[in-house]
Amino acid sequence: MAANTNETMTINMGPQHPSTHGVLQLILELDGEIVVKATPHIGFLHRGIEKLSEHRTYHQIIPLTDRLDYLAPMSNNLGYVLAVEKLLGITDEIPERVQRIRVIMTELTRLKSHLVWLACHALDIGAMTVFLYCFRERECITDIYEKVSGARMTSNYFRVGGLADDLPDGLEGEIRTFAESIPAHVEEYEGLLTGNRIWQKRTVGVGEISAEAAIDIGITGPALRASGVDWDLRRDNPYCGYEDYEFEVPVRTGCDTFDRYRVRLDEMLQSAQIILQALDKLKPGPTLADCPKIVLPPKKDVVNNIESLIHHFKIVTAGFEPEPGEIYQSVEAPKGELGYYLISDGSSHPFRMKIRPPSFVNLQGLPQMVEGKLLADVVAVIGTLDIVLGEIDR
Amino acid sequence: MSAQAIVEKLKGKFSAEILDVVEFRGETTVTVKKEQIVDICTFMRDDFGYNLLCDLCGVDYMGKSPRFMVVYNLYNITTKQRIRIKAPVEELNANIDTVSTVWGTANWHERECWDLMGIKFNNHPDLRRILMPADWEGHPLRKDYPLQGPDREPYKGRLS
Repeated sequence: MAANTNETMTINMGPQHPSTHGVLQLILELDGEIVVKATPHIGFLHRGIEKLSEHRTYHQIIPLTDRLDYLAPMSNNLGYVLAVEKLLGITDEIPERVQRIRVIMTELTRLKSHLVWLACHALDIGAMTVFLYCFRERECITDIYEKVSGARMTSNYFRVGGLADDLPDGLEGEIRTFAESIPAHVEEYEGLLTGNRIWQKRTVGVGEISAEAAIDIGITGPALRASGVDWDLRRDNPYCGYEDYEFEVPVRTGCDTFDRYRVRLDEMLQSAQIILQALDKLKPGPTLADCPKIVLPPKKDVVNNIESLIHHFKIVTAGFEPEPGEIYQSVEAPKGELGYYLISDGSSHPFRMKIRPPSFVNLQGLPQMVEGKLLADVVAVIGTLDIVLGEIDR
Repeated sequence: MSAQAIVEKLKGKFSAEILDVVEFRGETTVTVKKEQIVDICTFMRDDFGYNLLCDLCGVDYMGKSPRFMVVYNLYNITTKQRIRIKAPVEELNANIDTVSTVWGTANWHERECWDLMGIKFNNHPDLRRILMPADWEGHPLRKDYPLQGPDREPYKGRLS
């Protein structure tokens, strides 16, 4: 579309704007309806999580990670505990049941995150019904969260070397029923959106980015897979026993908002499959690794005998001291590659913890996806990138 | 190609630049001098296919010389391999060349590193603060920056 004048107008979008998904500010330079330049301003939610973590023991950092991507707290927990376990060299000590439950919970988290994404994305570009449907299903996952961890959003469920507690009785059946219902729900959303002509007009060909440009700017996750790059950390650098599961990595080549939508819906179906497989493989067993110097003792022992109480007290107050070294561990979070770079100097708290938040990097691609396009597409592109300001600003 | 083979080739091409090679938990870290960082990164991208810069950050080793370290976590999407490059930066006039010409994604990472750690990136296209307000003084992730902010009682350490 050619601009018809050379006069531009600068407008401000956000930080208080319903379509910016949090406190994102965009300075948009417009020529009529065409965006000439888009400049994102971030940092409104900066809480200094990396600085704080340098002053806490390794166990005390887990609740901080909940507050990164608060729509997918367990993925953040998982990335962090895997990083610490790698730093300690106890990756192979993690019991099988822990691995399975971690997979179940993080795949539920992926569903939870994708449901919020679909709800808000559709709402932003005018399809309100989908929002209500998605939040109905999301509610089931929040209930499961509550039963597992006591919290609906900030779960703090995974521990270094295991889990806070085993799954409560009867929950496996509830998770199974929910996972089995997912394909029908996804079909429902597809029925509302995929063939909908308005939805297609708002998404097909909108916010295109080629594979080369996406890799150069560092975009990862579903947004990269919709540009035709077949890469998923769960399959390609497996962790938590993902190599035991059979699942497909959805890849599409449209590079646009519509294909990113299709990729995420396909991922939801795959996640449901993984959950069912993990439930089939789930066997009774310990939920904590046998590393008494590192792992917190089970809660029921802590309240029942003095040795475990002392043990618990010792680990909570003094922590544990990994040998000096540095590691980088990443997981396939719902939004892309979530990485933790940890440096230990041999003390009880990290010398440096750098978080690689997928949303931070993905948002960097926004200017090149909207410049030269219509103002209305900016809203669609923010939605399709699936950003969460909690992890962008940290 | 294994990480060792890559390190050997890197040593062959930039023998005077390599300071240290460390293996820890199956990860390879190569420490290089900062002067030719752009050439080294271009070489890593073009010859070994490290097309994705996962992460770039600064580390403050206060009390040591040189004080800072800039860390590049690289990934090869084709072979699914990782490698880490580090370059020391001295405290006085802390600066290093930008690699945003090699990987576009470095742009924001370097802005963040400048904002929080105070390391300047030469020839960076847009070196502004990114997370802190534009008029903020100081660089919060430096070890001598108080945890509770500049205008408060200094942090006395954990009670335990």
